[in-house]
Amino acid sequence: MIKAVMMMNTQGKPRLAKFYDYMPVEKQQELIRGVFSVLSSRPENVSNFLEIDSLFGVDSRLVYKHYATLYFVLVFDGSENELAMLDLIQVLVETLDKCFSNVCELDIVFNYSKMHAVLDEIVFGGQVLETSSAEVMKAVEEISKLEAASNSISLVPKSVSGWRGR
Amino acid sequence: MSSSSTSIMDNLFQRSLEDLIKGFRLQLLGESNFISRALEEIRREIKVTDLSTKSTALHKLSYLAALHGVDMSWAAFHAVEVVSSSRFQHKRIGYQAITQSFHEQTSVLLLITNQVRKDLTSANEYEVSLALECLSRIGTQDLARDLTPEVFTLLGSSKAFVKKKAIGVVLRVFEKYPDAVKVCFKRLVENLESSDPQILSAVVGVFCELATRDPGSCLPLAPEFYKVLVDSRNNWVLIKVLKIFAKLASIEPRLGKKVAEPICEHMRRTVAKSLVFECIRTVVSSLSDHEAALKLAVAKIREFLVEDDPNLKYLGLNALSIVAPKHLWAVLENKEAVVKALSDEDPNVKLEALHLLMAMVNEDNVSEISRILMNYALKSDPLFCNEIIYSVLSACSRNAFEIIVDFDWYVSLLGEMARIPHCQRGEEIEHQLIDIGMRVSDARPQLVRVSWALLIDPALLGNLFLHPILSAAAWISGEYVEFCKNPYETVEALLQPRTGLLPPSIRAIYIHSAFKVLVFCLRSYFSAKESILSSSAQEFSSTSSSMNAFTYESILNLVNVIELGLGPLCGTHDVEVQERAKNVLGFIGMLKQELGEKLDLQDNETEAFRVTAFMEDLFSEELGPVSTTAQEKVCVPDGLKLKENLRDLEEICGEFLKPVESDSVSYMDKISFSVSKLRIRDQQETSSSSSPPHEASSLLAEHRKRHGMYYLPSQKDDPDSNGTPSDYPLANELANEISPNAFNPKRKPSQSKPRPVVVKLDEGDELRITPQAKTTIETGNDDESLSRAIQSALLVKNKGKEKDKFETNPNSGQREKEESSRIEENHQNSEKKKKKKKKKKNGEGSSKHKSRGRNQAAAASEQVVIPDFLL
Repeated sequence: MIKAVMMMNTQGKPRLAKFYDYMPVEKQQELIRGVFSVLSSRPENVSNFLEIDSLFGVDSRLVYKHYATLYFVLVFDGSENELAMLDLIQVLVETLDKCFSNVCELDIVFNYSKMHAVLDEIVFGGQVLETSSAEVMKAVEEISKLEAASNSISLVPKSVSGWRGR
Repeated sequence: MSSSSTSIMDNLFQRSLEDLIKGFRLQLLGESNFISRALEEIRREIKVTDLSTKSTALHKLSYLAALHGVDMSWAAFHAVEVVSSSRFQHKRIGYQAITQSFHEQTSVLLLITNQVRKDLTSANEYEVSLALECLSRIGTQDLARDLTPEVFTLLGSSKAFVKKKAIGVVLRVFEKYPDAVKVCFKRLVENLESSDPQILSAVVGVFCELATRDPGSCLPLAPEFYKVLVDSRNNWVLIKVLKIFAKLASIEPRLGKKVAEPICEHMRRTVAKSLVFECIRTVVSSLSDHEAALKLAVAKIREFLVEDDPNLKYLGLNALSIVAPKHLWAVLENKEAVVKALSDEDPNVKLEALHLLMAMVNEDNVSEISRILMNYALKSDPLFCNEIIYSVLSACSRNAFEIIVDFDWYVSLLGEMARIPHCQRGEEIEHQLIDIGMRVSDARPQLVRVSWALLIDPALLGNLFLHPILSAAAWISGEYVEFCKNPYETVEALLQPRTGLLPPSIRAIYIHSAFKVLVFCLRSYFSAKESILSSSAQEFSSTSSSMNAFTYESILNLVNVIELGLGPLCGTHDVEVQERAKNVLGFIGMLKQELGEKLDLQDNETEAFRVTAFMEDLFSEELGPVSTTAQEKVCVPDGLKLKENLRDLEEICGEFLKPVESDSVSYMDKISFSVSKLRIRDQQETSSSSSPPHEASSLLAEHRKRHGMYYLPSQKDDPDSNGTPSDYPLANELANEISPNAFNPKRKPSQSKPRPVVVKLDEGDELRITPQAKTTIETGNDDESLSRAIQSALLVKNKGKEKDKFETNPNSGQREKEESSRIEENHQNSEKKKKKKKKKKNGEGSSKHKSRGRNQAAAASEQVVIPDFLL
């Protein structure tokens, strides 16, 4: 099971954080800070795995990847494979790349909702359900369409209902 | 009217999430100010009736909660409102807020059941997907129970998009509501034969989780998993299946034989490192008895180790450390790679290599490995350096220094460690130095040599982390002063001016050690003299022979050095240091007078002699190791309330309550007290035969009587208390009696030097093992209902006809199982040939099952379901 997905920039600002077990927000923030402090102390060109038992409890592992100004972090337990998780980060980044054509940190900052749509297609309740970025893209585009549709319908009736209420 | 107009105004001018993010980047107010303003706004907006405004507000709130740690539990009801909107966008925001912030205790959780049900049955697959995602994250027992029928329906969906998520949600539903297993299990298992890789991947993932929680319940499905293992070419699926088999093989060893070959096949075939690694891990952790597979796995590990990719190197080392306890040869084969990894730049790799190296340590190579590691420690960064030191220390001290043969070498190594610049493990080294001193009498001469070298090194005094080591060194030079080559220099080292850098507690140990050395020197001096005078005193001749060097001048010199060194300390602010300094000076003052009139030997020196003898007797008592369980042997006396709150007492008589005196303090008190008494007696000219040694020993005897349980059990029953105080055993004697042969079997004939005796206590030397088995049982209990449900579902699966029967009495898992096994029995003969999967019976009648306890029944049913194909 995947326990958490995080993205943060090299200054430690979280850009996306998802914890698959309920956790109070204070605890979440504490974990994000804890992970960042470990990551920021790692030199370049070393392995992408971290022993993280002190933060997430026994039998938890962490893989991360550093792209430009961002860290992508996955925390998971013993029923996942470390290298497969590394691949999963790759899948996630590839998908985002397709989504935003050459993704950069700003895309992630301003597309909070879409980020979640992408992530939710790949990881479902802590389980990896989709690893093909084409499939993910299909679903995400479908969701965007639905949202846009519901919005465009909404504009007129909402104001009309507002006027009527008068 | 006004309310609706404000709502429109709000809506028109409401800041969207994007505005909020933009604002956040441009804000000048400071982060927390900006957030509290935004929150104010959100609180206002979220209350309006318009769902658009409300949902946007909620969206902003979830954003702030996820990334800025803002509490959003207060908006739970609003999330429920938003989720009920008919518009997809609102729904999505609502569900997102719910999954993010709801938990078991959220009170409005019950309100969403109907909405989730509605969305689960929606024609829009994306709405279904939202509801499933929500259920998989926050599903409670109630939700799982109420929504099981919908989930069951969705498991049969024709759309892969929905179906895979329905499979995913099953895990949460089963976990919260085990009875759902009866309903959904069949459909879940059917998907193991799915040709759609997405579906297969999802269902294998679910079984991987189930198998992790309770391998036994998944065992009957081994044939299905086996098929997947052989047929599938999807790496994600294969990794999960391998994980399942790793779990299953641990409870059913016969499986290993069956799966070893396909696993090896994958290992040879695939180029995907993740799959190779999973194969390796499966083999080394669960199939390590299969030689061919293990050999191949170790070969693959070697490939990983020589890779440039630090990830692979790390994982290779990781796999080695799994295999190390059972097959050390695998590590030894890769020794070079492991040693090389020690100088890797990746801290993970270095650490893993270090652990492996320590796994290789035995009594033959300990010195070689330690030497290599010490060289690395000198070159490493402080963190890793201390990790190395710690590993060496803990490996060597394991089980009362089991692997150490040459203690002289080890003691020197400890001395070397103290000189490594980054060393911060002073306390551990201190502990080991003292421990060796107490346990291994043969090591004492070397200990004293090493301590002396440490004490005279002025550079060490400046290092805060080394102070504990110095305190041990000081204690050793005082306690085992008889092995000291040059007591005069020792005293000089103990009282050098730079000891001012030490904390007072350690300084006190320095002074006390100097005291011990002084007493020893005086004693040797006097006894040497006495043996010259009266040939009858034979008992001291042995000790004095080596110490003949003490002349009157050298003693006087020594006394002067001590006086000079301690003089300034009488005015120090620290009570302990001052007290000890004054004690020593008082002692010297008493003796000096008599020493001054050196010529008048006969009369005068007997007094001094007696006092020194008394002190010597006190100090010459050997200290042995104390059992770690000694404290527990003290039973609480009746009527003593240890947990009573004593605050009142403190208020009433706070002034009179003094901190409880520790043993050592009272011990010191007694000595100084009796010394002063002696002096008084001397003045009164009451020198009689009531010898001070006797008094000292009786004090000790009394202490022993009172606190006997802290001492080691006395092996010698020596009623004679008049002689040398011998009624508590010397540590080494004890060892001789307890374990003269215990170490022999391990000793190798080739050793040039026999291993010295190490005192080992029968009990309490090792930390008591925490009852881990118990905890695993307890955690097992949590899943018990789930695994029982799965087991019974598996039984049902093969005979759909009987299914109705079970559903009639859903609340009695116990009866159900018995019943199912009975049914099994009845139908066994008729269905045996038809069934693809046969159950092996353990030959017990069903009547026996009835009388059994719950656990036994569970165990029995586990036995029942061993698949035939294994045999």
